[in-house]
Amino acid sequence: MSETAAIATPLGRVTQRRVALSEWTKLRSVRSTRWSLLATLILILGIGILACVVFEARWPHLSPSDKLNFHPLRVNLAGVNFAQLAIGVLGVLVITAEYSTGMIRSTFSAVPKRLPVLWGKALVFGAVAFAISLPAVFIVFFIGQSILSGQHINIGISHPGVLRALFGAALFLTVMGLFGLGLGAIIRSTAGAISALAGIVFVLPPVIGLLPESIANSIEPYLPSKAGGAIWTINPDPNTLAPWAGFGLFCAYAAVAFVIAAVLMRRRDT
Amino acid sequence: MIEVEAVTKRYGEKVAVRDLTFKVRPGIVTGFLGPNGSGKSTTMRLILGLDAPNSGRTLINGKPYREHAAPLHEAGALLEARSVHTGRSAQNHLLALAQTHGIGRARVNELIEMVGLQEVAGKRAGGFSLGMGQRLGIASALLGDPHTVLLDEPVNGLDPEGIQWVRKLLKNLAGEGRTVFVSSHLMSEMALTAEHLVVIGRGQLIADTGVEEFVSGASKRSVRVRSPQAGRLAELIAAAEVRIETAEPSVLEVHGTDSEQIGAIAAENGIVLYELTPQQASLEEAFMELTGDALEFHAHSPDITAEPQGTVA
Repeated sequence: MSETAAIATPLGRVTQRRVALSEWTKLRSVRSTRWSLLATLILILGIGILACVVFEARWPHLSPSDKLNFHPLRVNLAGVNFAQLAIGVLGVLVITAEYSTGMIRSTFSAVPKRLPVLWGKALVFGAVAFAISLPAVFIVFFIGQSILSGQHINIGISHPGVLRALFGAALFLTVMGLFGLGLGAIIRSTAGAISALAGIVFVLPPVIGLLPESIANSIEPYLPSKAGGAIWTINPDPNTLAPWAGFGLFCAYAAVAFVIAAVLMRRRDT
Repeated sequence: MIEVEAVTKRYGEKVAVRDLTFKVRPGIVTGFLGPNGSGKSTTMRLILGLDAPNSGRTLINGKPYREHAAPLHEAGALLEARSVHTGRSAQNHLLALAQTHGIGRARVNELIEMVGLQEVAGKRAGGFSLGMGQRLGIASALLGDPHTVLLDEPVNGLDPEGIQWVRKLLKNLAGEGRTVFVSSHLMSEMALTAEHLVVIGRGQLIADTGVEEFVSGASKRSVRVRSPQAGRLAELIAAAEVRIETAEPSVLEVHGTDSEQIGAIAAENGIVLYELTPQQASLEEAFMELTGDALEFHAHSPDITAEPQGTVA
């Protein structure tokens, strides 16, 4: 044990930077991070490449309307639609695993002001999500387009909107992960937050689709995943917001989740 | 220094802590005693700001815990329920907590060694035994070299060697001038380690006193007498205020007088004594006596299963 004199030793204060470093240690030291990020990569690359292989092989046999509907980038990025759930689930787990294991009591004992924990998690997880998604999206683009070039149906990186869509896909996945983190911080239970996320991303759109078309069409562009999807789409269907407007709205949804999470986190018992 | 000022905490309908006020001073071990479900853990969570009171306030070293710039330097806590991510190693768990305050790896390793977890430090905490979990919790409590240490049932699940170690640790910490606040539902444990006691029952303060005063204040006092002429001695000391119990023919349990008087009577009458021992109520008996009324559920309570008493522990 340290001696009495040690009591007087001044220790470091809690700073946002230090909390972020702590969150980085937490993120890299559990298995769920590795599995979720691996799943994200496999979904982006696997589905994106598979879709290109199928279209390239079947191209001569496709009907004219199928050919008309074909878009080389949309097919190439098909995996992003699935990867959004993997990254969203990891976002949820980053916070809900602390509640389910009781770790949150240790965390809030060290950082009793609490909010630096939320910002630290968002910063670290957001950076990791982007750092994984961006290379994955570019790699699948180059592989996929080289496959499609066998039928000369590929698209070049300098084609208008392509670069924006590729960066946009990585940004979209990052914000989807953060949206999951926000929902997790509000709901606190893993199962509840994942259900909410899956409901918003996968269940809400078809439910809206059941409405009369005129109503559905006026709501659909504003749904989180649809609005966010505008940033990684080129030649979109007319019922889509402009790329940055849609993405801005998506960010606003995530921001609202974070504001609610922050208010609740300050006030709730743990 | 811990100050709890008129704190009341309700969870829904249930009042877990009611108008509780006490202070915990530095330099000694203060025991926090109460039956299971009496509000000890709730009080500890309130002190650490993990739960917010409905009224009143708690201070650590003069400020609400939340307002300290370096909280782990002010107070370190071992909380009763496991507070560790089961998938993370002990080493990384401590490191993550340390990093919030800029505390380095060297301190983390020092603590791992101090609590004796070197061999399992790299393993997932989910596989730890209760005793190992307690050691990890104690390591996290001491990470910031805190002025104030709060330990909720620290000897739970420890082997005899571990219990010895914790007792010594608590005394050392207090000896270094720290405030040491240890909860337990085991009176015997407190008798060995604590100098001062805060006793609660049903979320209310029952006693805030020294261990010795607590025991001597209990009304149960008697003298144990062993003599081959026990029957004759009993007749001689019989008086209105004296009550005598006999467990076996040669042994008397005498209430209402003291050993001096019994000895004098025996000498006057030439009675041989084999034993003459003043009996004091044990801490346990003193505790039972004091909390008897405050116990949430007595053994005869018909609806004992209707509302488990552990819910606010």
